[in-house]
Amino acid sequence: MDIIAIQLVNGLSYGLLLFMITSGLSLIFGIMGVLNLAHGSLYMIGAYMALSITQHIAPNFIYALFLAPIFVAVISFLLEICLLRPTYKLGHLSQVLLTFGVAYILHDLVRLIWGANVKSLPLPPWLSGSVELFGQTFPLYRLLIMGFGLLLAAVMWYLQEKTRWGAIIRAGLSNREMVSGLGINIKIVFSVVFAIGGLLAGLGGVAAGPILGLYLGMEFEVLILALVILVVGGLGSITGTLLAGLIVGVVETFGKVMFPQLSLLIIFGLMALVLVVKPTGMLGKQVH
Amino acid sequence: MRKLKGSFMIALALCLAFVTACGQSSGTTGGSSTPAEGDASTSPANGKESVKVGAILPYSGVYASLGENLTRGMELYFESVNWEAGGRKITLIKEDEENDPQGALRKLRKLVEKDNIDILTGPVSTAVAYALRDEVDSKKLPFLVSHAGGNDLTRTKRSDYIWRSSFSSWQIGNSMGKYAYDHIAKKIYVTAADYAFGKEVAGAFKEAFTAAGGEIVGEVYPPLGSNDYASYLTQIKGKKPEAVYAFFAGADAVRFVKQYEQYGLKGQIPLIGSGWLNAEDIRPEQGNSPEGIISTMFWDYHLDTPENKAFVTAYEKKYNARPSIESVEGYDAARVIVEALKSLDGDTSDRQKVSQAIGKVQFTSPRGPIKFDQETHHVIQTLYLIKTEVQNGKTENKVVETIGEIKDPGK
Repeated sequence: MDIIAIQLVNGLSYGLLLFMITSGLSLIFGIMGVLNLAHGSLYMIGAYMALSITQHIAPNFIYALFLAPIFVAVISFLLEICLLRPTYKLGHLSQVLLTFGVAYILHDLVRLIWGANVKSLPLPPWLSGSVELFGQTFPLYRLLIMGFGLLLAAVMWYLQEKTRWGAIIRAGLSNREMVSGLGINIKIVFSVVFAIGGLLAGLGGVAAGPILGLYLGMEFEVLILALVILVVGGLGSITGTLLAGLIVGVVETFGKVMFPQLSLLIIFGLMALVLVVKPTGMLGKQVH
Repeated sequence: MRKLKGSFMIALALCLAFVTACGQSSGTTGGSSTPAEGDASTSPANGKESVKVGAILPYSGVYASLGENLTRGMELYFESVNWEAGGRKITLIKEDEENDPQGALRKLRKLVEKDNIDILTGPVSTAVAYALRDEVDSKKLPFLVSHAGGNDLTRTKRSDYIWRSSFSSWQIGNSMGKYAYDHIAKKIYVTAADYAFGKEVAGAFKEAFTAAGGEIVGEVYPPLGSNDYASYLTQIKGKKPEAVYAFFAGADAVRFVKQYEQYGLKGQIPLIGSGWLNAEDIRPEQGNSPEGIISTMFWDYHLDTPENKAFVTAYEKKYNARPSIESVEGYDAARVIVEALKSLDGDTSDRQKVSQAIGKVQFTSPRGPIKFDQETHHVIQTLYLIKTEVQNGKTENKVVETIGEIKDPGK
């Protein structure tokens, strides 16, 4: 029983980490209808920036946790203004190809700046302890990630559903002209949303760095899982993304234990199953 | 909405294509051939044309750092002999292997047809080595394998023209088997990255360990490049083995070893494995987590021999970084080529003779004495037992025992 309980905790903590990484992608997609394939790259840059901050500016993980995401937010803000803005009238495919191209460019840039060797983001000693849980040792940092992920989900849900600001961006998705007619500059709203998406990607990168490590190619591994979570959860729903993140985390963890060779297959099987039963994803809204 | 879903599927396909190519970059540096010595090919020593050595190594993607270290080792040795052997200049022509068997095959054809190379060396990926094998064999091109460790290259796929100076997965796994039974534990859990090389290393270990009388209490093979080893570690802990044998390399080794500590296995269940688990180039990223790991490898940074000290000093002076296992492999491959050319007096016209000359080379390398097995064409070398210790807050590896000469059985 203890083993199952601890595996459940493993799965949930991994799932919440995946939620943190996916939430920005989901937000941008839900509000702007843009599938940002450079999201994984922004996540990677967040992690590498955190490394540089702890190495050169201040040897403090907490500073990195605040500074790196802001840096990534600035990058994605510029990305939206310079590259994405002209493509909104061209349709989804051009945005997919554009952002995928950006991902390739960022991949090479990261190699140029930080090199091809594996890196890891060290945790301060007070965060790297472990606790006893169900008679097993469990890393403290993973529990903090769980708490942080839940908090993030709550904040995002509140902002999106209960505030005026949330209402504006939800309205912007349904009817862009109407929102503009109400005297709101929808262009600025989109830029801000994209920057927040980047902020979340960067935050995910810093949070995942100490667990998953830093290496070239990490962005695409994460992007695949994030896309699966997006599909399973339903396009454009924060609650759906949270739920899907948890389910994917738990299913992958138990898949690894029971069928180690098939863990990736199980994830895609889950995605296929959800798509067959509910084509819009578990909590998806119908987007026009 | 339908259109959106289409885009979505294209996106997923693009990513998958990217990842299945093993996280490779788009190969932007592909196709570039860069002679190391710009003037060497046109200004031969003694009026003779230079000997052209083609190297197919990864210069992009996840294995880029291995390719770089191999190249650094080679260039260090060639430089020490002034890029000259047997009265002829040596030109090194580098091609990116891109971890892609088909791509590497194209690079090989370019090297043979356009550059007219005399000797081929590389690659890192075993899949690439297997892909190059038939082409090399039919073209009768002398090929010195400087990293790829797949067993079959010197077994069922052996060729008259192929020699391997690096290692085989069998040597790595087998070398730990008996020692583990005699000195560490009788019941062991085995875990390795789920791909051909990982499986071969684990297989060789299991074979030697059970032959000595040991018992394997469980085994698990996480996918190559697993993000999270938490569930495997919990499972391993539940089986209560007396020790864990692991094969992981690169980013996988960093994560596995760190998580081994975070989940409280370090200090309770001894961790043993191949030397990639606590390799020179990844240990700084593992913090103190590799403390206590015992692994086997054919070289160590702290190996106390005059050859190794000279190599380490020269390498650090030139590159301002510690050499890795791959740096030694490159250094030795270059020396094998140079010694072979010397014994031929620089005459590379007969390819069969070149190949035979490579096979006769033997010398004391930084890793110890090496020579080739005339039957399998595989290197015979000494393996060492290496332990990681913490000194002044940092980890260092130490050679605790010399296991002895290990010769691949060839079948």
